[in-house]
Amino acid sequence: MKLSVMINEGPYQHQAADSAYQFTKAALEKGHEIFRVFFYHDGVNVATRFGVPPQDDRNITVLWSELAKEHNLDLVVCVAAAQRRGILDADEAKRHGKDGNNIAPGFRISGLGQLIEAGIQSDRLVVFGD
Amino acid sequence: MAMLHTVNKSAFENRSLDSCIAHAKPGSSILLFEDGVVAAMEGTVISDKIKSILGDIKVYVLGPDLRARGLSTDKVIDGVTVLEDYGGFVDLVTEHDNVQAWL
Repeated sequence: MKLSVMINEGPYQHQAADSAYQFTKAALEKGHEIFRVFFYHDGVNVATRFGVPPQDDRNITVLWSELAKEHNLDLVVCVAAAQRRGILDADEAKRHGKDGNNIAPGFRISGLGQLIEAGIQSDRLVVFGD
Repeated sequence: MAMLHTVNKSAFENRSLDSCIAHAKPGSSILLFEDGVVAAMEGTVISDKIKSILGDIKVYVLGPDLRARGLSTDKVIDGVTVLEDYGGFVDLVTEHDNVQAWL
């Protein structure tokens, strides 16, 4: 079955990004297709590669990046939510005159149209949040 | 059309489970996960309410979230199904026609 996942809450603050990761991993293990993972609201904070959690803690960003690499996942970050929170890729940084970017590997910045498309194209859209 | 409702907040903290129960139709299912798992326990002020809906609505609880909170599956209300892992969550999603998150 074709599934999409939406994450509305930031990492470490709340379980949403962990639950969504475990759910996505289990769905892939069962042979389902993950059409897209959409990060919205504070969920976009998962997409910074500059987070440095303690060594004995999980690094939620790295977990997602690795899962994306392994399964060729489409991790999409809402552009408006990202701009408010300082999540930038190279193009966005240049466009807004910022001196660097922080997007993590495997993530891409795009718009809400990607969420709508995920809702239309997928058999199920599963939402995680606070 | 069988809907899966997901509730991730403690019933002792906010009213999302109450709202969910008020809207869920017979034949639908409720999955308690994250802090929502506490509502699956026997002997709480909400246990009778959960028991009263079990005839019409299937209630599931996510085992890993119970264990993460030190809650024993032995003390889950009779008739509430414990999902052993996230694979069980995935199966519930695919077995129902759609999913409503009560955030």
